[in-house]
Amino acid sequence: MIAKLTRTERHLGLLLSICLALLGLTMAALGKHDPMAVHGFIALALGLTLVFAVGGVLEEPAPDPARLQRYYDDPIKVGIVLAMVWGVFAMGVGLWVAALMVWPEATFGQPWSGYGRLRPVHTTGVIFAFGGNALIATSFHVMQRTCRARLADQLSPWFVLIGYNLFLVWAVTGYFMGVTQSKEYAEPEWYADLWLVVVWLVYLVLYLRTLKRRAEPHIYVANWYYLAFIVVVAMLHVVNAAALPVSWVGAKSYSAFSGVQDAMVQWWYGHNAVAFFMTSGFLGMLYYYLPVRAQRPIFSYRLSIISFWGITFFYLWVGSHHLHYTALPTWVQNLGMTFSVMLLVPSWASAGNALATLNGAWHRVGDDATLRFMFVAAVFYGLSTFEGSFLAIRPVNALSHYTDWTVGHVHSGALGWLAMVTFGAFYSVIPQICGRTAMHSARLVEWHFWLALAGLLTYVFALWNAGITQGLMWRTYNAAGTLNYSFIDSMEAMRPYYIARVIGGALFLAGICVGAVNIWLTVRGARGAAADVPLAPQAAE
Amino acid sequence: MSLFKAHYNLEKHSVGFVVAIILAASVGGLVEIAPLFTIDDTVETLPDMRVYTPLELAGRDIYIREGCYACHSQMIRTLRDEVERYGPYSLAAESQYDHPMLWGSKRTGPDLARLGSKYSDEWHVAHLINPRDVVPTSIMPAYPWLATNTLDVADLGQHLAVLRRLGVPYTDEMIANAPHDALAQTRPDGEAATGLVARYGEATTLRPFSGADRLTEMDALVAYLQVLGQLSQVPYAPEVTP
Repeated sequence: MIAKLTRTERHLGLLLSICLALLGLTMAALGKHDPMAVHGFIALALGLTLVFAVGGVLEEPAPDPARLQRYYDDPIKVGIVLAMVWGVFAMGVGLWVAALMVWPEATFGQPWSGYGRLRPVHTTGVIFAFGGNALIATSFHVMQRTCRARLADQLSPWFVLIGYNLFLVWAVTGYFMGVTQSKEYAEPEWYADLWLVVVWLVYLVLYLRTLKRRAEPHIYVANWYYLAFIVVVAMLHVVNAAALPVSWVGAKSYSAFSGVQDAMVQWWYGHNAVAFFMTSGFLGMLYYYLPVRAQRPIFSYRLSIISFWGITFFYLWVGSHHLHYTALPTWVQNLGMTFSVMLLVPSWASAGNALATLNGAWHRVGDDATLRFMFVAAVFYGLSTFEGSFLAIRPVNALSHYTDWTVGHVHSGALGWLAMVTFGAFYSVIPQICGRTAMHSARLVEWHFWLALAGLLTYVFALWNAGITQGLMWRTYNAAGTLNYSFIDSMEAMRPYYIARVIGGALFLAGICVGAVNIWLTVRGARGAAADVPLAPQAAE
Repeated sequence: MSLFKAHYNLEKHSVGFVVAIILAASVGGLVEIAPLFTIDDTVETLPDMRVYTPLELAGRDIYIREGCYACHSQMIRTLRDEVERYGPYSLAAESQYDHPMLWGSKRTGPDLARLGSKYSDEWHVAHLINPRDVVPTSIMPAYPWLATNTLDVADLGQHLAVLRRLGVPYTDEMIANAPHDALAQTRPDGEAATGLVARYGEATTLRPFSGADRLTEMDALVAYLQVLGQLSQVPYAPEVTP
C-alpha cells in the first residue's frame, strides 16, 4: 500500500513519522513517571514503525500514473477493518461492564478494571473508535463517489486515519491508567485533545479539497451531513475541552469552566456529540448507501434540505434538557425542552425521507439483509429521536433522569441506529472496493442481522423496564407519607434487568464478531480495485 | 420557492456551505451559554462558602481518576422525593469551585451531593475496601488499594496554583503550604493544624480519616467524601429561598 504513494508523499510521510517519533520521545522523557510518558512511548513506537515501513519502500519506483484514473480506496479498507476491530473490542468491554453490574467482583481486584475506568473505554470505544473510524472510512468513499473525483491526495487520508487512531489509543489507555478529564464523552486529557484538533483540521481540508475537484456542480446531501459532522464537532470539542494542565509534562488538567457554566458547556457538547457525531455523520451514510442499495432516488430533495438545516440549527439548543430541575437557571432548561420537542420535526423528516425512499423497494428490504440493516436503522433513528424529544419534557425527565432509561435510550440510538446503519454501509461498500459482487458470505450477513436485532431488542426492553422501575421506586410514597423504598431496594430490583442486558449485549457482540469475520474474509479475498471510475479528469498530484 | 432556489445555489459552494453551517450551529450555544457568565443571579452568593483543602482536592482528583461520577451524581434536583431522600436541593454556588463539575448523569448508586458527615470515617474506609462488607447487596467495585497507596502530595501546590488561575480564590500561603496542609488535616493534634485552620477556616474537618500512620489515597478520598455538601451551611438554613 505504501508503495502506491508518490515519492514526494513517501518523503513527506517519512518526515511526519520522524516528527511523531520525536514527539513521543519528548513526551516520554519529560513525562518521567507520569502516564504521559506511557503515551509518549506509544507515539514513539508508532512513529518508529512508520519510519521503517515508509523507509523500506522510500526509493521504490513511482506509482503507475493510471492510478489517477481510479478512486483511491486503500484508506477506506483500512478504516473499515480498524472500525471492526475497535467495535469488537469496545462492545466486548461493554459486555464486561454490563456483567460488572451483576457480578461486581469481576474486576479481579485490579485498579484498571473498575467500572468507572472501564465505562469510558466502552463509550469512547463504541462512539469514537468504532463510529469514528466508520465515519472517516465511509466519508472517504462517499466524497469520492458523489464528487466523481479521486481523493485530493494520498497522504492526508493516512494522516487522518493514523492520527485519529493514535488519539483513540491515547484516550483508551489513559482511562485504564485513570487519566481522564471526567467530562462525559470528552474524557481524554489536554494533549490528546490538542492532537485531535490537528487531525481534524487536516480532515476538513482534505474534504474541502476533494469537494473542489468534483465533477458535479452540486454537493450531494450526504456530504452536507459529513461536513456538519466535521465542522460542528470541531467547534464543540475546542470549547468543551478548554483546560489548563497542572504541568506541561503531566497528564492532569483542570477544566476552564466550573459549576453551572461547566455543566451547560458539557451538555451542550455532550448532546451535540450525539447530534453531530452519532447522528449527522451517520445520516450522511444513510443518505448515500440507502438509496444506492435500494436502487431508488432519495424521496424528497426539499425534505432533505429542511431536515438538514433543522438538525443543524435546533440541536445546539437542546443540551440543557440533561439538566432539568438542577441548579441551571430555569429559562435555559425551558429553552432546551422547547427546542428538543421541535427537533422531532427535522428528525422525523430525515427518517421519513429514508423510509419513503424504500417505497417501491420493499422486496429488496426483505431479500437483502444489507438493506434491511439500513431499514432497521432508519426505524430506530425515528424511534430514538421520538424517545429523545419525549424524555426532554420536564415532567417526563423528572422520572427518567439518572435512571437506566437514559442508558436504554442511548443504546437504542447507538445499537439500533448508529451500529445498524454502519453495518449496512460496510456491507455495501466492501464488496465494491474489493472488486467483488457480494460479501464473502451472504448467509453470515443474515446471521449478523438477526443476532444484532435480537440483541438490540433484548437490551432496550430490559433497560426501559429497569429505568421506569427505578424512577417509580424512587418517588413512591407509602400511606404514612414517607418514601416507600430505600435506594438499595431500587438497586436490588435491577438485577433481573441487568442480567437481561448482559444477554442482549452478548447477542449483539456475537453479531459484530460474525460481521468482523465476514468482512475480513471479503477484504482478504479482494479481486482487484473498484470497477467504477472517477468522471472528473484528474490533475497530476 | 426562493429559499429553495437560494439553497440550490448554496449547494455549489463548499466554503459557503461550511460558513452557513457554522452560523446556524453557533446560535444555540451563544444564547444559552454566554448569559450564564454575565447574569449575576446564575450563581448565588454564599457568605460562608469555602474552598477545598489540598487533601480534599487530592481526594476529588482520585474520585475523578476512578470514574466515581459514572455511577454517582452530585446534584439534588428540586423534586420533593429527592429532597427527602438526599437533603436540600443543590445550589449552583456549591459547585462554583468545581473544575470540572461532577453533577453526573446516572444514579447506579445514590446521589452524593450531601454525603458529607452522614457516615463515619470508619464506615467509608470499610465501604471503599469492600462495599459488600457493609452493604451486602452493593454492586460497587472494591477499592482496597486506596488504603495502601501513598498519597502523592509533592505537586499539590501546583494544582492549587492552576485552579487559582481559573478563578478559585486560593492564596499564596495556601499554595506554598499545600503539601504540609494535606498531612496536617489528618493530624488534629499536630502543630501544623493551627496553620491549616487559619488558612481554610474553623469549619475544616481535622481527623485521622483512615487512621493510617502515613498519608494514603484513602485519607484523601474520605476527606473529600466527608466535605461533600459541607462547603457551605447556607443550603441547610430553613429560611433560605435562593
